[in-house]
Amino acid sequence: MSSLVKCPHCGLRPKEEFTVRGEVATPRPDAGAEEAVWFDHVYLRDNPRGEHREYWHHSGGCRRWLVLSRNTLTHETSEVVDASTLKTGGAA
Amino acid sequence: MRYSALSLLGNAFSKNKNWKPAWRNPDPKPHYDVIIIGGGGHGLATAYYLSKVYGVRNVAVLEKGYLGSGNIGRNTTIIRSNYLLEGNNPFYEFSMKLWEGLEQDFNFNAMVSQRGVINLFHSDAQRDAYTRRGNAMRLHGVDAELLNRDQLREKLPFLDYENARFPIMGGLMQARGGTVRHDAVAWGFARGADQNGVDIIQNCEVTGIDRDGDQITGVQTTRGAIKCNKLAMAVAGSSSHVAKMVDMRLPIESHALQAFVSEGLKPFIDTVVTFGAGHFYVSQSDKGGLVFGGDIEGYNSYAQRGNLANVEHVAEAGMAMIPALSRVRILRSWGGIMDMSMDGSPIMDRTHLSNLYFNGGWCYGGFKATPASGYCFAHLLATDTPHETATAFRMDRFARGYLLDEKGVGAQANLH
Amino acid sequence: MTGFRIDGGTLIDRNDVRRFSFNGEALSGFGGDTVASALLANGRQLVGRSFKYHRPRGILTAGAAEPNALLTIGRDGRRDPNTRATMAELFDGLEARSQNCWPNVNFDIGAANGLLGPLLGAGFYYKTFMWPAAFWEKVYEPLIRKAAGLGRASYDPDPGYYEKCWAHCDLLVIGAGAAGLAAALTAGRAGARVIIADEGAQLGGGLLAEGSPIGGKPADAVLADIVGELHALPNVEIKKRTTVFAAYDDQVFAAVERVQKHLPEGAINPHLAMERLWRIVARQVVLATGAEERPIVFGGNDRPGVMMAGAMRTYLNAYGVAPGKRVALFANNNQAYQTAMDLEARGVEVAAIIDPRTCPNIRYDGKARMIAGAMVRDTAGRKAIKSITVRHDDGRDEVIAVDALAVSGGYSPIVHLACHRGGKPAWSDEHVGFMPPENTDGMTPCGAVAGKIGIVDCFAAGGAAAVKALAELGVMGDAATLPGVAQGDATVDHVQPVWSVSSTKGKAFVDFQNDVAASDITLAMREGYDHVELAKRYTTNGMATDQGKTSNVNAIGILAENKGVSPGEIGTTTFRPFYTPVSFGALVGASKGMEFQPIRKSPLHGWAERHGARFVETGLWYRSSWFPKDGETFWRDSVDREVNTVRTKVGICDVSTLGKIEIFGADAAEFLNRVYCNAFLKLPIGKARYGIMLREDGFVYDDGTTSCLGENHYFMTTTTALAAGVLTHLEFCAQVLWPELDVRLASATDQWAQMAIAGPKSRDVLAKIIDEDLSNEAFPFLAAREVSMFGGRLKGRLFRISFSGELAYEIAVPAGYGDSVADAIMTAGEEFGIVPYGTEALGVMRIEKGHVTHAEINGTVTPADLGMGKMVSAKKDDFIGRVMNLREGLVDPNRPTLVGIKPKSASDKFATGSHILKPGDPVSLANDQGYVTSMCHSPTLGHAIGLALVKNGPSRHGEEVVIWNGLAGTTVTGILCDPAFVDPENEKLHA
Repeated sequence: MSSLVKCPHCGLRPKEEFTVRGEVATPRPDAGAEEAVWFDHVYLRDNPRGEHREYWHHSGGCRRWLVLSRNTLTHETSEVVDASTLKTGGAA
Repeated sequence: MRYSALSLLGNAFSKNKNWKPAWRNPDPKPHYDVIIIGGGGHGLATAYYLSKVYGVRNVAVLEKGYLGSGNIGRNTTIIRSNYLLEGNNPFYEFSMKLWEGLEQDFNFNAMVSQRGVINLFHSDAQRDAYTRRGNAMRLHGVDAELLNRDQLREKLPFLDYENARFPIMGGLMQARGGTVRHDAVAWGFARGADQNGVDIIQNCEVTGIDRDGDQITGVQTTRGAIKCNKLAMAVAGSSSHVAKMVDMRLPIESHALQAFVSEGLKPFIDTVVTFGAGHFYVSQSDKGGLVFGGDIEGYNSYAQRGNLANVEHVAEAGMAMIPALSRVRILRSWGGIMDMSMDGSPIMDRTHLSNLYFNGGWCYGGFKATPASGYCFAHLLATDTPHETATAFRMDRFARGYLLDEKGVGAQANLH
Repeated sequence: MTGFRIDGGTLIDRNDVRRFSFNGEALSGFGGDTVASALLANGRQLVGRSFKYHRPRGILTAGAAEPNALLTIGRDGRRDPNTRATMAELFDGLEARSQNCWPNVNFDIGAANGLLGPLLGAGFYYKTFMWPAAFWEKVYEPLIRKAAGLGRASYDPDPGYYEKCWAHCDLLVIGAGAAGLAAALTAGRAGARVIIADEGAQLGGGLLAEGSPIGGKPADAVLADIVGELHALPNVEIKKRTTVFAAYDDQVFAAVERVQKHLPEGAINPHLAMERLWRIVARQVVLATGAEERPIVFGGNDRPGVMMAGAMRTYLNAYGVAPGKRVALFANNNQAYQTAMDLEARGVEVAAIIDPRTCPNIRYDGKARMIAGAMVRDTAGRKAIKSITVRHDDGRDEVIAVDALAVSGGYSPIVHLACHRGGKPAWSDEHVGFMPPENTDGMTPCGAVAGKIGIVDCFAAGGAAAVKALAELGVMGDAATLPGVAQGDATVDHVQPVWSVSSTKGKAFVDFQNDVAASDITLAMREGYDHVELAKRYTTNGMATDQGKTSNVNAIGILAENKGVSPGEIGTTTFRPFYTPVSFGALVGASKGMEFQPIRKSPLHGWAERHGARFVETGLWYRSSWFPKDGETFWRDSVDREVNTVRTKVGICDVSTLGKIEIFGADAAEFLNRVYCNAFLKLPIGKARYGIMLREDGFVYDDGTTSCLGENHYFMTTTTALAAGVLTHLEFCAQVLWPELDVRLASATDQWAQMAIAGPKSRDVLAKIIDEDLSNEAFPFLAAREVSMFGGRLKGRLFRISFSGELAYEIAVPAGYGDSVADAIMTAGEEFGIVPYGTEALGVMRIEKGHVTHAEINGTVTPADLGMGKMVSAKKDDFIGRVMNLREGLVDPNRPTLVGIKPKSASDKFATGSHILKPGDPVSLANDQGYVTSMCHSPTLGHAIGLALVKNGPSRHGEEVVIWNGLAGTTVTGILCDPAFVDPENEKLHA
């Protein structure tokens, strides 16, 4: 779904209203985690060819952060949820 | 067969029936000293320099499609070495120097045309940033010139100087920048490598990588298993996909970038021009088409296509810069997949596996880097040490904090 | 030759005579004509020249695929280069000119290139022009560029207005031929919201060229009935002159409507768009785009007068134009025979029908001479065809005199829109063409694009396709039928593939516009460029403005034939947007000129304007940069005066563009504590604090102040540039990272007018309008709270913060009051000599004070680089960027660090962006010590000063360096120093 996004709050809206941040990577580590764990979180990505979970922000709408489950090869989106409902601390 | 005006004439007399294939179409051998995955510009250039400069000739280039079917065949053909950072600038200048002698070197006219690259600026802050960059270039002996409005007007009379939302103040010019006929680069390197004995194997997709401990032993492909002493990845766009075969996660995201060409027009744009108040860069090909592009689509993608929103965005920026485009028609758009790295700069290094070598993360700047990337990667493969101009492209720079962030936007791939 | 207009012509209106000019010659046609039909009616077969060999070229098609007849239409700002004469509607006063020929289309010097043909084969330029190296740019390329290109772009501004719209529908029907019309009718009757779009000036497609009656009724009457009913259905939207040119993800289709391109200048309504871009969101799509007739590749197949058979039929039936007086047909299929029959019916002599087939399936009962099992191998005639040479099946050649030749090599379904999203078309031996991909989710191809033949079959297919699409939407519908027509067995043709005529004499063209001949394709193969994409790129076949609509399949056929495989094994090149070229104007719409981007104006914009402000673009904002007074002619006169006045008296500056974010919630303090690198947990009510925000990668993102205005209520300011970015970042933190925190964020940037009042007299000025005690004790440095103003008539927010380094305040009032409050402050300050100052003076004073902005916070600096390393909390166990900030590379002592810099000789100047070298060091990147981030003339000190990021900076105060500006060719000796040039002890701030 890369032309239109079905925002759970606003309905089907054009892509132009959204800002993409990127992959839902590893969770934001605990404060005391090793530097290597932080490095992984900040820099490393799965970047799969296929199903991908990623952060989109409805910046021109409700201003909620969403998590899209989207296929990077077909651009089809299977699910859009409000990121806060995942309660994952920056990941899934 | 050497190409020359004489060979053209001779073949014209024989009705062009005696031309020989530019490269062989070999079956894979069971074993190579070096296997390069990726028959795009960088892979072919690597094979060329490996065989020519470093004497490594038992080399195969494996290409899943046709040679040059990746980003070498779908870019906006711009070459330049107007980089800011010490880790980047000497490498791209090395590349520019290679471009300057390339055609005579590989006996193929790739139409390297140093028609100049001009980056426009529209504010004091942009001018200051370009002054810093231009001076960094000059420090390294790279040509750079700051043009004021009058000088620009003379060179680029078609820009909107009067009614622009973001008035043009001036531009940073690199006169040695320009364009190259992109496909011809792949063909020239392929032909040159082939003549040195390199096997270029098309329609050969790597489906798995065989390991023995931390040692690569060979690859599985759609044309069978092939063994090798060293394995080199040059698959920018699909780096993460191939790296996954050896459980490697990379500081890279794959993003689609669209490019465009207009209908043929009588030439009026003689240099490459980039807009400073929106994403737009343009040159005019020798056929008369305007070749231009803008920003990446913003979301991870392995589909070589973009979206309408970005098409409009690019057209708007183009017209803001050149009002004469209003009735010019856009003919075709296409898309390529970029390895967007987390600091916007490439990675060329050894890996956690002792005989696996990585070359990728070129973002949308890989085309101009093609010859130097091939040369330096060949150097790394042959000597196990980085080439002196590519020492900053290490994989561990992210962990250590020695980033090469030209834009200064940090660890978000789609902002670079 | 004249007199090609004959009777009939369903599209033209003979009472509507339209004058036009072609290469300066006055001609006339009728309303309903295209430029192409009018030219043909006037006997003009030669209309242009080809790209490489400048061969004479005529009109090949009657539609969007036209490769040859490209004209420049109109003049000045309304000049449209490369316009297909076959698509351009004729209007009164139209001016058309040929392109790519010099001195004129009849006598073109460039035709000499044809003599060099054997030298200029595919890819010849890759093999030569290499020596000497410098000659490419200096000699060869300028020559090539001189000859390059087609039409010329206009330098004049386009007076046309353009716009963009969204449209939504249940069913989008693309193409309004028989199939599309039936689909629209079916869905329209079922009550679905339908959009039917067609690129033509009239609905009808192939129906417009149909000469035979349908169900006993003339075809145009049948068409009129259908169109009439569609018009009457309120749920059907008809878009004529609308090309759906691209298919994007999620069923978004891009279409361009040529709203007024067919009108003479005087009739153009300036309030209506010239062209309109439609972004159509369709739940289902019926693809009824038809099929493109293929040329046959034989010697001299490009001569003017050689025309597609279907096009010839269109000119005959729809425009009443005979293509010639003695015509031959060269075809390998039965459908093309309709052209011969219609020609005969209209009294045009058909000299011969040449058909390579010998099969018994040829059904023809006309008068023309049939030559079966034969091929046309050559044509003759200088600027128009005079004869053809036919190779009979027994090897004998026969020359037949003709003045036009109809050609039909089969039909290629127009599958583009089914393939834009990555689908690959599938080869069909039955149809001898590439069919739409199997999986076209949400899109149903029907009619000729799906291989159907004839009006009756296509109509039935359209109805069925709509029923299928409606079912997907849960709507029941009955397929529309043609009255009086019984549905029989599906019509079958027997196309015999002819990819190239083997006995060809002379150049046999595949791609007309790019002059790619069959011999070029075989040469490419011989040289190893045998993949379809490589062959395309090497020969440029299919890369012209028609994008290979008439040439690609023939090229594939030639490759297949030479390799001995099926065309399906060769495959197609990628179908990419756009189907036909689209103007920048249409894609840009109204976002041009000053409307390229919106303009943001501060609530104090009008106030600043009244005080004569000069504005500068800052992102989308216009900010007041300085306020010249009478007699000040140079910007620095004003800026110096403004700085001096603030430093000695008082000034007022609009800072409304700073980002402002309201933060509420029980966990707001905890939240701030996590997003800033310095401590915020214990910020008391009524206090402001400067904060540095890091990115998670440990580098500085933004800075600003945050004030605690009440329990669980904070007010954050950001830099102008990152107002939106910081809010987005905070929302990410609040919603994604820590949704458990009770924190609410709201942008308030546009809600407040905010002013800085700075200078030793600022307290005196504000005391006159603010009701509360502003003494140092009652309102000390970094105090921040709501205050009563004007005797309780207004409430504002007062902050004692300073960017200039002076005693200073910022006062925020609701945006609507900004203008009058600023006036009141000016009035109150009059006795103290108050002046408005702009961003330039602000910039000077912050450099004098050593404060940083985004010139220094450039995304690659740490707090320590800015001399603020101590602000990074060592006590907090978590905040954004804490861990990555500790990486080796971020604490390297060699990192460039903030210093002040000044010239050794006070009269020397230097530029921002200059680099720093050690005296005596050779000029090289390796010796680079850093660079100047900001500089200004300091009126306070009387010389240039600057800030710089220099390796090991703080330990080098007092060191002499070279300030190197290679771009300007200048070097200045400078001295590194403390960045706080003015009041390093902060006495003024606390005054």
